[in-house]
Amino acid sequence: DPVGNGSSVSGGEVYSFQTPKRSSKMAELAAELAQTPGQSVAPDHSECPEKTAKTPQSSSKYMFLLLMHVFSLQLQSKKKEYVATTPYRLRKRLAAPDPYLESESEYSASCSEEEDEEDQKEVSTVLSGRKTPAKTKALSTPPPRNTLAKKIKEDKMSNLVEEYFEAHSSSKVLTSDRTLQKLRKRRLNQQTLHDILKKAPLAYAAEIKELNQQHESLFSKWMLQLHLGFNIVLYGLGSKRDLLERFRTSVLQDSVHLVVNGYFPSITVRSILNSITEEVLDHIGTFRSPLDQLEFIIKRFKEDSSLELYVLIHNLDSQMLRGERSQQILAQLSSLPSIYLIASIDHINAPLMWDQAKLSLYNWLWYETTTFSPYVEETSYENSLLVQQSGSLALSSLTHVLRSLTLNARGIFRLLAQYQLENKDNPSYPGLSFQDFYQQCREAFLVNSDLTLRAQLTEFRDHKLIRTKRGADGVEYLLIPVDDSTLTDFLEKEDEDV
Amino acid sequence: QQVQEDLNKQLFDNLVSFLRRSHSEFQEKTTEWTCRMKSREIPTAALVLGVNVTDHDLTFRSLSEVLQNNITPYIALLEAKDCPGIKNLMQKLMGQLMNCYVDVDSLEDEDYVQVSQNRIRCSMTSLTNWYETVTKKTDSETPSKKRTSSSRDWQSPPVVVIFKDMESFTTKVLQDFIVISSQHIRELPLVLIFGIATSPMIIHSLLPHSVSSLLCIELFQSLSCKEHLSTIIDKLLLTAQFPFKLGEKVLQVLINIFLYHDLSVQNFIKGFQLCIVEHFYSQPLSVLCCQPVDAKKRVNSLSHDQCENIRKLPSFRRYVESQVSEKQIALLTADSFLKEITQKLLEDLRVYHENYVSVLRCLHVFTSSLPKYPLGKQIRELHCACLENRVWETEEYESSLQLARMLNKSDLVTMLQQCVEIFVSSSGNEFDKTVEKLKEFLTQFQKLEAEAFQERDVSVSSQKELQKKTDLYHLQKTLLELKESRRSKKLTKFEMLRFEVVDYIDSLVRNYLVPADHKTLHEIAYFNTASVLRGHLNAAPRIALHTALNNPYCYLKNQALKSDGGRISNKAPDICIVYKLHLECGRLINLVDWLEAFSTVVMAVEGPNADAASSDQVDDIIHARFIRAVSELELLGFIKPSKRKTDHVARLTWGGC
Repeated sequence: DPVGNGSSVSGGEVYSFQTPKRSSKMAELAAELAQTPGQSVAPDHSECPEKTAKTPQSSSKYMFLLLMHVFSLQLQSKKKEYVATTPYRLRKRLAAPDPYLESESEYSASCSEEEDEEDQKEVSTVLSGRKTPAKTKALSTPPPRNTLAKKIKEDKMSNLVEEYFEAHSSSKVLTSDRTLQKLRKRRLNQQTLHDILKKAPLAYAAEIKELNQQHESLFSKWMLQLHLGFNIVLYGLGSKRDLLERFRTSVLQDSVHLVVNGYFPSITVRSILNSITEEVLDHIGTFRSPLDQLEFIIKRFKEDSSLELYVLIHNLDSQMLRGERSQQILAQLSSLPSIYLIASIDHINAPLMWDQAKLSLYNWLWYETTTFSPYVEETSYENSLLVQQSGSLALSSLTHVLRSLTLNARGIFRLLAQYQLENKDNPSYPGLSFQDFYQQCREAFLVNSDLTLRAQLTEFRDHKLIRTKRGADGVEYLLIPVDDSTLTDFLEKEDEDV
Repeated sequence: QQVQEDLNKQLFDNLVSFLRRSHSEFQEKTTEWTCRMKSREIPTAALVLGVNVTDHDLTFRSLSEVLQNNITPYIALLEAKDCPGIKNLMQKLMGQLMNCYVDVDSLEDEDYVQVSQNRIRCSMTSLTNWYETVTKKTDSETPSKKRTSSSRDWQSPPVVVIFKDMESFTTKVLQDFIVISSQHIRELPLVLIFGIATSPMIIHSLLPHSVSSLLCIELFQSLSCKEHLSTIIDKLLLTAQFPFKLGEKVLQVLINIFLYHDLSVQNFIKGFQLCIVEHFYSQPLSVLCCQPVDAKKRVNSLSHDQCENIRKLPSFRRYVESQVSEKQIALLTADSFLKEITQKLLEDLRVYHENYVSVLRCLHVFTSSLPKYPLGKQIRELHCACLENRVWETEEYESSLQLARMLNKSDLVTMLQQCVEIFVSSSGNEFDKTVEKLKEFLTQFQKLEAEAFQERDVSVSSQKELQKKTDLYHLQKTLLELKESRRSKKLTKFEMLRFEVVDYIDSLVRNYLVPADHKTLHEIAYFNTASVLRGHLNAAPRIALHTALNNPYCYLKNQALKSDGGRISNKAPDICIVYKLHLECGRLINLVDWLEAFSTVVMAVEGPNADAASSDQVDDIIHARFIRAVSELELLGFIKPSKRKTDHVARLTWGGC
């Protein structure tokens, strides 16, 4: 019974404080994982296929650096011997090409301060630390770090607290400088991402289906408990959207129900209340505040006991709904005896948003429904770092605004855009200074005084087309806050029109 | 399932009546002391309620009900969340007061309705005006209507304003309100009631001296929530009235939630309700868990399947095995015989409950006054201990008996008297003998007392002798003699009797306090699946998430996922791999490295069959899978985008948690 398993395990099993092997790192773990079950890849890295062999090596360094920073104290005692042999200017040496490791090795602290004693030490331990596993690998003997690991494991718990503060006290975090741009892979946009993922087969479909069937068998129980005045909250890994959807289609077909997609980025409590008043209660009219609206709803539901409403909320803990006031309103709503609420939460800290008063209003019954199904809908609105912002929205708004402006104004904007594109390779480009811009506009016969230009710029600023910034010398710099590709697209389009 | 609804209703009635009792005293005090108030100060009651915020709602509701019935029809209940500003507060106040006025007189007076509808001028003056007109009206009406309510002896009933949660009001609002209303106190007899969760000092820290000097504060302490709980347990669990019972583990879980999490009686009741629901939902034989009269009927109408269900009960099997073989066959084959036996067993169970409760109370009388409380101070602890296993086999019971053997006489006598009362009041008729026996003990004690009186005379005289003699040698001698005599009369009559009493109690315990799961058919009345309850009431969503991420095998029963010792296999779902990798990082994570590590793992799984031609496409897929996994982690709150460095994300958790 998976449900029983989830709640009965002790904390130590679940929250393992990082892997006991301190010296292991992300990439090493990756390599390990890659090798574990019956793969023919030999442990010796030189024999690996080139691509896989390189990656763990290169990334191992940074990760190691990270860890070393945290555990340098512990390791120092063990590594003294190595430190003694390392030359003084370690950084330089590190930067120099290492025959064993890949050439790309740029390290930097995220806030670059002058190298002080501590920094030196850190790097030294890093270097020596890197050496140990390298050596052991080369010799392919039983690695000595196991003994080290054992030792560390012993005083792990006592040092845990210290480690935490150590990790969080210094403002420096050492990571590699590599960026996604250097990767030759292009960024995917939302659509292609979606398509690719659709093609990729879902792992463990059978098991997931079985899990879902287990949860589905609870539907009738949920109904009973909802009717007895409890509300139901679902938690656990995996999207619970499909599950709730099936609950809706199988049980709630003939009753009045409202589905709230909490993950939708522009959902508000007001819109939820509006849909209740307008669509469920058939009330036309507006309310001064959500509280008034809530009062109205409560009154209506109390007057008419035949009125029943099922409310399904996907992601009750989403950005828009997790505020104190909205939770208060939803809690009051759910405390009505004829409103049945069934909701899902995903965030690890979601239960923190409820205090005792709200919890008693909600009257939750918790159900663990781990589904392992991917959060397709829920994450589609999330602006992930890795997904390319399509920029289509920005482009269309640009053209729309500009189309309503005079020809001169369009020319002014064009000038600015062109200048910005010319400077796109300059990373420290501050923008076009106002004086220069005025000069250029005059030369192109676009304005006749700096007052007209200023008026025009104010209009741009109101539409958020440009941003002004004051430089160190007090000069005003103008900048278009749109990325370069969009700007290029825009100019091309403009050219077509003209 | 109507039974359970009845139960719920009874349960709430109990609670409400209890609360009402506890508040009647407040209310009396309030009346007395508001009469005394005449100055510019506003009479204020500060009600210290304790931290169980959730119960306050009920308390206030019953309080306002009581006040409404006995003192004044004008009551306003204000909550902090409704009153962000003084204007909202006044609006709410006016609305509640005027509505309640309309309710009380049930006259649709157009003027007032209009006022409440307009709500344009929600000021204190309008409130005062309203109050004057209302009181005038009631004054003129009262002689004609002749209300007989006793507390209506004053001319103008006060307006009571209750602040439910004083701590969460903005100080500004409260101060303004108090200052304003103190200006009008002559025209408007206002009484404030503050609900306080923490300590009475909060009033002084919230309000400056200039404001608090306008108040005349009287402090009331409400009963602690623990006392509420013990009343409820007393009324619900320790009666034979309700057929439904809680098993030991379940009760323990509920009490733990109460003591360690919220101290909320309401939540306790919620848990109890849930138990009832679960029991009736999951146990098919729970139809038999009802009042004895119905039970007989239902037993007779049992279907064959239900009889089979009875036969499957482990406690019933044990019972069958203890019978002779002919009876065994009859029990297992003939439904009618089974029904007969079931009826008998159910009756047995009922009698057992009745006896159990009285003996438990009796034992509690004995143990609750022992030093160090080996069996617990509260009767609920004793109850748990008795349910758990044979209580007389535990060490605590041994030690408490030993202590009981050292009780002094007056205590023992009062305890025995209490026990007699308990047994007399209990409905079971098996206790006639017990009562007699106990009474016999009592008379013996009285006899002893008389004897002891004489004895004491002797000893007193000897002591007098002792005082007379001043010779050191003689003194020593007499002291030694006294000691000797004390040691020799080790077992006085009193001590003999005391032993007898304790042994008798012990025999009672052994007879009647058998744990419930040794009883046949206990499954019908007892709800014992504590894990379900804990899962629903006191869930641990974080643990579930972490388990799923760390050990997917827990949920997905696939052999490929089986792992040993905290390691996960590389065939785990993407999100697990990404999670595991991110555990190895510090505060910031470089996305590129992460992606590479991820693809290393995934490539190894795909392994040899990923040939060079399709590698580009494979890369895309891996990339996409990585993106999905990362954004899922972001949704779950493990990471967030960071601006400190390009293409980095920040970890929101530390270590493995």
